[in-house]
Amino acid sequence: MQTVGGSGHGRYPAQWVILAYAGRAGPPCRPGGGSVRRVLALIAAHFVLAACATPLVRWLGRRAFLVLALAPAATTVWAFTQWAAVADGAVRTEQWRWAPALDLSIALRLDALGLLLTVLAGGVGALVLVYCTGYFGDDEPGLANFAGTLTAFAGAMLGLVLADDLILLYVFWELTTVFSFLLIGHLSVKKANRRSALQALLVTTVGGLAMLVGLLMLGQAADTYRISVLVAHPPPSGGTAVPVALLLVLAGALSKSAIWPFSLWLPGAMAAPTPVSAYLHAAAMVKGGIYLVARFSPAFAAVAPWRGVTLTLGAATMLLGGWRALRETDLKRILAYGTVSQLGFLTALVGAGSRYTALAGATMLLTHALFKAPLFLVVGIVDHATGSRDIRRLAGLARAMPVVCGTACLAGASMAGLPPFLGFAAKEASFAALWAGGTADRLTLYATVAGSALTTAYTLRFLYGAFGPATSPDLPRATAHGGRTKAALWAPTALLALAGLVLGPGVGLLAPLMERYAAAFPSRGTAYHLALWHGTGLPLILSEIAWAAGAALFVVRNHLVRWGKRLALPSAEAAFAQILWQTERFALQLTGSIQRGSLPVYLGTALLVFSGAEAAALFTDRPWAWGGSPHLWDDAGQIAVAAAVAAAGVLCLPTRQRMKAVVLAGTTGYGTGVLFVLQGAPDLALTQFTVETTSIVVFVLVLRRLPHRFPPTATAWRRALHAALGVTTGTLAAGLTYLAVAARRHPAAGAAMVAETAHDGLKNVVATILVDLRAWDTMGESAVLAVAAVGVTSLVYLRRRAGALPRAQEDGSTAGVWASEVRAGPRAAPERTWLAAGDTLDPDRRSVVFEVVARLVFHPILVLSLYLLFCAENLPGGGFTAGLVAGLALVVRYLAGGRYELAEAAPVDAGFLLGTGLMISVGTGLGGLVLGSDVLDSAVFHTRLPLFGEVHVPSSVLFDFGVYLLVLGVVLDVLRSLGAKIDQQIEREEARRKA
Amino acid sequence: MNATVALIAAGGVLFACGTVLLLARPLTRILLGAVLLGNGVNLLVLATSGRSGKAPLLSPGTDPAAVSDPFPQAMALTAIVITLALTAFLLAMAYRSWQLTGSDDVQDDVEDIRVALRAEHEGTRAELRTVIRADRARQARAEDSEDLDDELWDNVLGADR
Repeated sequence: MQTVGGSGHGRYPAQWVILAYAGRAGPPCRPGGGSVRRVLALIAAHFVLAACATPLVRWLGRRAFLVLALAPAATTVWAFTQWAAVADGAVRTEQWRWAPALDLSIALRLDALGLLLTVLAGGVGALVLVYCTGYFGDDEPGLANFAGTLTAFAGAMLGLVLADDLILLYVFWELTTVFSFLLIGHLSVKKANRRSALQALLVTTVGGLAMLVGLLMLGQAADTYRISVLVAHPPPSGGTAVPVALLLVLAGALSKSAIWPFSLWLPGAMAAPTPVSAYLHAAAMVKGGIYLVARFSPAFAAVAPWRGVTLTLGAATMLLGGWRALRETDLKRILAYGTVSQLGFLTALVGAGSRYTALAGATMLLTHALFKAPLFLVVGIVDHATGSRDIRRLAGLARAMPVVCGTACLAGASMAGLPPFLGFAAKEASFAALWAGGTADRLTLYATVAGSALTTAYTLRFLYGAFGPATSPDLPRATAHGGRTKAALWAPTALLALAGLVLGPGVGLLAPLMERYAAAFPSRGTAYHLALWHGTGLPLILSEIAWAAGAALFVVRNHLVRWGKRLALPSAEAAFAQILWQTERFALQLTGSIQRGSLPVYLGTALLVFSGAEAAALFTDRPWAWGGSPHLWDDAGQIAVAAAVAAAGVLCLPTRQRMKAVVLAGTTGYGTGVLFVLQGAPDLALTQFTVETTSIVVFVLVLRRLPHRFPPTATAWRRALHAALGVTTGTLAAGLTYLAVAARRHPAAGAAMVAETAHDGLKNVVATILVDLRAWDTMGESAVLAVAAVGVTSLVYLRRRAGALPRAQEDGSTAGVWASEVRAGPRAAPERTWLAAGDTLDPDRRSVVFEVVARLVFHPILVLSLYLLFCAENLPGGGFTAGLVAGLALVVRYLAGGRYELAEAAPVDAGFLLGTGLMISVGTGLGGLVLGSDVLDSAVFHTRLPLFGEVHVPSSVLFDFGVYLLVLGVVLDVLRSLGAKIDQQIEREEARRKA
Repeated sequence: MNATVALIAAGGVLFACGTVLLLARPLTRILLGAVLLGNGVNLLVLATSGRSGKAPLLSPGTDPAAVSDPFPQAMALTAIVITLALTAFLLAMAYRSWQLTGSDDVQDDVEDIRVALRAEHEGTRAELRTVIRADRARQARAEDSEDLDDELWDNVLGADR
């Protein structure tokens, strides 16, 4: 906790500014002051308690609210202990740099305005939580969630008013929005509640997003995100950036505070339980927008749009809200429109930007909370006692509930601004301050007086409606039933209302704090001090006019309702719904027209966009100017093979037979391999040949099940379109490659790699790159292989786990594999078996020559694969190639002897090979971290073996061995799934057909 | 530096053929398209190393300046292996699709079609809604009454005219 001593007026203490700049600049300057972070702990306490709400409510029932109230109560107590010092000019700051590299810190700051709002949020929060113990029953559905959300909201509100960082402010701002959404939608089974919650969420988040943009623009313009620094040293307001930023910030603030044209969500939010209305939608959350305006006014009130927007919209909202409140018949909605009206008043006051309007605004802020919260709480009590909130039906409550009636009258008197209540002092101050200003302030004053008249009128209407006789003879009367009002209900209510009465004469107690905040503004006109009685000046006369006019309006209220209905514009609700529906319709039509569900259309669109963009870039840049004379071919062999490859590719297109198409595609693959050889890339060629061979085997294994011919192809014009797209993209791809190479001015990087490899005494440059420079890629791609293999297995083995293949003796099957349908007479089986499970094949399907070849080549191929693996540093090879070669050995055994032969050849689970291989590669990589300096760093082990003499094993060989096992696992997996498993499925089908 | 036109041209033709096959409906064709496209791209990548040279194997007596550029080769090598994984996976998919639908054609996306239908019928949604509500109300009544079986039979056989 850092305390910066109080000093003069208007500016923040110089040390603080320097500290803040230093904090922004870089190295940690104040590691928390070495003391407890009390504010942070208080905010965290709210969230911790909120998280504990569920067990607490289960354990204590509704009394859990008393425990939850501890957090805001502690905050309030702490705030009162700081009152004197802060009023004297002290500022408490705390910061926790949680991501210094990104310059993000949780910076909190308590000054006069922050303290005022803290007391408000904490005090009203604690009292409302106490009230909740009386308001809810133990069996209220979703009580735990409600309690937790309400407590978390109190924490977010506290964070919002204490945040000293723009981003942090935004985070807490949106948190309050989300919690408000959850609280309004508390009883989400009702459609009206869901609609209101969504409406509130949409309006406030749209405003909040605009505000975020505005805050970012301000932060960039001022080169600081620290609010205190930003306000002390506002960015120069020339140009358009700052005014636009301010407009955006105001959009956020005004939407949060339900100022016209964003007012509609607040009356809707009355769907929430009454404690929520009292706390969020009267005392705390809606003050968030006012707080933001009040926070920025000292710096920006003089900048163009600020005063214009706040004064105009504030005054208009005050009149519109008050006028509408005269028409409502629901007690809560009367108060809701009254709140809208008062929020307009507050916006005008804090946005006006002079010292005394700020003084009046801050006082009014507190006053409003002190009268509006108890009024809402009274509505909750009335609702509980009678089951109705309709002023036309309520009757006889003044006699039935005298204490409640008295409380309501106290709060109402403060709302109407009667002496000696705090409301009177605040209103006097407002009138005086506005009168002292310029023309705009004077105009606002007249609107405010009219608004006060409306306030008086709807106050009378509220009190008379709630506690007077029923006014409508047609509707059933609602009277109080049940016993006395619970203490938990009336005590917090009365406490708040009494505060409004006591602080009227005691306004002097508030004055130092309010004046401390107002001192940030320039002083205009004669000095004004907060006091209850200023004598009979102009403000008192204006107040009297407002009271008289209000009383007159109350008398003619029934005519007013008729006029109001006649003059009413189409409701904002309908306009909002219309906007929502139009947005959805537009989205539907757009999506429906673009997204037709056809893969070829999507792909074609993507290709068209790609071609168009590339062609446009080509025609603007004209890179062909760089190309020299083209080099057509290296030798005759190359041109011949290239032509053959191209021809095979083209022939692939019209082919109707699947197998023929596969063979042609395989031809292009082998041809590509030959081109690799000619180009001087034996590693690539070796890999290409093994891959191509394996692919063709896999193709054949699957295609034996699919129809022999492709289904009839698309229409002629679609084929032409596809051909055109193909030609365009192919030409572009080839052309771009050619131009990219032609444009190259620097020597190729490969030469350096060759030199490096030669320096290390290794011979195969490509294999070295793969396990060294591209080791990360190699590892990642091995993982992709493993994933693909697992995918194949899971697509074929649908329900069962695929383990190692069953052996012949386990299955007890003989001579039935690949049985042909038509058996042409008995044939003798070969006398001698060359393979372990050769006799499990159907005799018709056996080939002695193939069995002999398989027997002869299997082991040599395996040895060759190991040779390729371990000699990779010197000869073409490496883990991938070696693994594939070993896999081909398995392929040969499978093709010669069927699935039991495969089980004999590889009596392991493919998954085991995959996992072991991946583990070895990753383990070697991590070993590099231990042995060397980095992941995948290679090391060399030297040892002496009896027979071989000096042996040195680089860790990259171990890495490659992992890749080898993995690739072998992939091939085994594919054979097991697409070979053996499909065999089995075919055999079962045959058996079923015969049966 | 200039790439060899023969390699570039072969790569380009394979790329074009691969693209055309990718635009087809049967999964086997799409897969062959991917294979051709992969071969074409590998050729194009290799073509960036310029003229052909000796294999980058530094046995004694090899002139390091005469070997071909090893970098594009290292880039293309893993791509070749990945193509094998892709082939196996897509073939398994084609097989599964054949098991389920009897063909390996890629069908239009049902959700997307539904969105398009909603957009088309957006103008008549009010009428549709009344129809659906009436239908639901009828069903609710039917569930309350004993005629539930009758209603079900109406669904199967059609109601009496």
